[in-house]
Amino acid sequence: MKRFRGFVIKEFYHIFRDYRTLLILFGMPAVQLLLFGYVLTNEIKDAKIAIYDPSKDVVTRKISEKILSSGYFILEKNLTHVSEVDPVFRQGNVKLVLIFESDFASKLEKYGTAHVQIIGDASDPNTANMLVNYASGIISNYLVSRNTGQVPMQIIPEVRMMYNGELKGVYMFVPGLMAMLLMLISALMTSLSITREKELGTMELLLVSPLRPTQIIIGKVFPYVFLSFMDACIILGLGNAVFGVPIQGSILLLLLESFLYITMALSLGILISSITSSQQVAMLVSLVVLMLPTIILSGFIFPVENMPWILQVFCHIMPPKYYIIIIKSIMLQGNGIRYVWRETLILMGFTSLFLILSVKKFNVRLT
Amino acid sequence: MRTILYIIQKEFLQVFRNKSMLPIIFVVPLVQLIILVNAATFEMKHIRISVVDFDLSGTSRKLISKFQGSPFYQVQSTSFSYKEAEDDMKMGKVDMILQVPSGFEKQLVCENHAKVQFVINAINGQTAGLTNAYSTMILLDFNRELVLNNSTPAMTAGLRDIQTDYSYWYNPKLNYKTYMVPGILVLLVTIIGLLLSGMNIVREKEIGTIEQINVTPIIKIQFIAGKLIPFWIIGLFELAFGLSIGKLLFNIPMEGSLGLIFLSASVYLFVILSFGLLISTITNTQQQAMLVSFFFLVVFILMSGLFTSIESMPQWAQNLDRLNPLMYFIRIMRMVLLKGSTFADISSHFWSLVIYAVVIISVAIRRYRKVA
Repeated sequence: MKRFRGFVIKEFYHIFRDYRTLLILFGMPAVQLLLFGYVLTNEIKDAKIAIYDPSKDVVTRKISEKILSSGYFILEKNLTHVSEVDPVFRQGNVKLVLIFESDFASKLEKYGTAHVQIIGDASDPNTANMLVNYASGIISNYLVSRNTGQVPMQIIPEVRMMYNGELKGVYMFVPGLMAMLLMLISALMTSLSITREKELGTMELLLVSPLRPTQIIIGKVFPYVFLSFMDACIILGLGNAVFGVPIQGSILLLLLESFLYITMALSLGILISSITSSQQVAMLVSLVVLMLPTIILSGFIFPVENMPWILQVFCHIMPPKYYIIIIKSIMLQGNGIRYVWRETLILMGFTSLFLILSVKKFNVRLT
Repeated sequence: MRTILYIIQKEFLQVFRNKSMLPIIFVVPLVQLIILVNAATFEMKHIRISVVDFDLSGTSRKLISKFQGSPFYQVQSTSFSYKEAEDDMKMGKVDMILQVPSGFEKQLVCENHAKVQFVINAINGQTAGLTNAYSTMILLDFNRELVLNNSTPAMTAGLRDIQTDYSYWYNPKLNYKTYMVPGILVLLVTIIGLLLSGMNIVREKEIGTIEQINVTPIIKIQFIAGKLIPFWIIGLFELAFGLSIGKLLFNIPMEGSLGLIFLSASVYLFVILSFGLLISTITNTQQQAMLVSFFFLVVFILMSGLFTSIESMPQWAQNLDRLNPLMYFIRIMRMVLLKGSTFADISSHFWSLVIYAVVIISVAIRRYRKVA
């Protein structure tokens, strides 16, 4: 035990004397959270639009005014001819073009109907879809207010946004960022620190020492458990203090689940290090194999339910997905273990799977 | 010149000799391209709803079947207790609760208006916004039918209607794949390029072989050129390969000129590789280099406008984003490939990249010292 303690202390020295790594380890989550909390929103505001309005009458002006004062759009250009639509899109600033037909108001009066065309730049389909929805919503609102008193029957929706009344983007990013950073720090740092000893040749020194292989591995991993845990606390604290992301459920449960996730990521790191021989390979495996899938397949940004079924199968083998479900459920919905026991069990399963695999793969002899 | 060729040869040998590096550089990114492009979709196909109908009248049933009939919705459960429905939402089984209060139809007939409730799980603000928009649209439609079925022509005479047609240009079916392929391809090329170059010199430092190079007559420029060119070739090759896969598998449009794409790509790769070199010169171990690259990668990627739109960022963030090379290149790729933009349209982005390249390579060269 005393030997083991000495070994762990050595590992801590290794980490703490490398102040650059340390700075990155603690600075990175903080900076990223602050950056993304302020920067990344899925809401759309101030999208640039161009309007082609040949009639310029009371109604079209009223509609344009409503659209421009909604906060979603700002006017970039008044077009003078329909043929200008294509070049204006190609320059890349304008996202939406509104085309009124000529004699709009008089047609509306005379025939009871008039046409307006909305064209979205769908080279970005998501934004285009939302903008078109907003614009047509504003127009139908205008219509409803114009027709009030004349409509015989109407059902009015009463909308309640649960758990995130202001539709803030940070609510998605805090859990996602935690899942991603903890995964990468834990898995990457451990795999690097073990392969590094292999690469420099000091692994042999450790192996011939009286320490048992399990002790070496645990000793290597231990400091990173500590560091990752501190990172988790930093992200949670900042998210709560700066962005008001609530922690509705039990903090203890949240920390326990994070601990479980960190352990899972560390065992994945051990597994990676036991099947790779150089830092470069370990790193590329961790980054290329873990990074993009963690961002895209975990439900961090793109909802899993909307993917094709075959990809949903892939998503099910991504551990971060379960962690994100768990922390969203605890933090934002205030749920207890009753709602997340299944995901917890799955994470435990992953942890033991990775551990068993790495024990099988671990070689006491290096060459 | 001969010296540079020898260094290039050495670098290529080192890359191709390493059997575990090759698949990571060439196969994994392409597999990811294929998988991730399919995953990256905001399309809403199945909004799962739970129906709580306290009214059980003809109108409420019609309203519910209207939702059922829409391809966007899928009725997951019906119950008579709001509590039960909310529990389903907590479990993550439903995205929205549609609640019809009792006395709904009666109120509608007597007072001409009645209320229904949409309770939406808004943890993901974006999908919640879309769910709300779709549901309101369905309700508006239902209202229109209601009016037509229950009123005389005299009553509707004063009604006005504005018909809105919408069309989506450059991608009429809102196909997310054509939008994602260029973006994700850029990401993959960037990750590989930055990691390869970022890890490279620092690895020589760590293993100690840098000293052997330092004592040779190779000069700084030759050394750096020799390090950059192989990865530059690998990057361009990977881009070409990825584009052909995008064309063959996803049939992405290529409206603009490919020459323009590769011209911009060569400048862009130069920026990324020099960036890697810079990281490599300011760090001492591969672990540090990796962490620094990782930090910049995540920031660059998430701020690149691939996943969220740049226009909705606050102004200071948009200014900061001018330092993000990925932002320029993703824009160029999309503009040229999808919209057929010409050099004149992308020139400001292109020249920004050129300036970026010049600045960063000079900093990297200055920072690199031929001492241990």
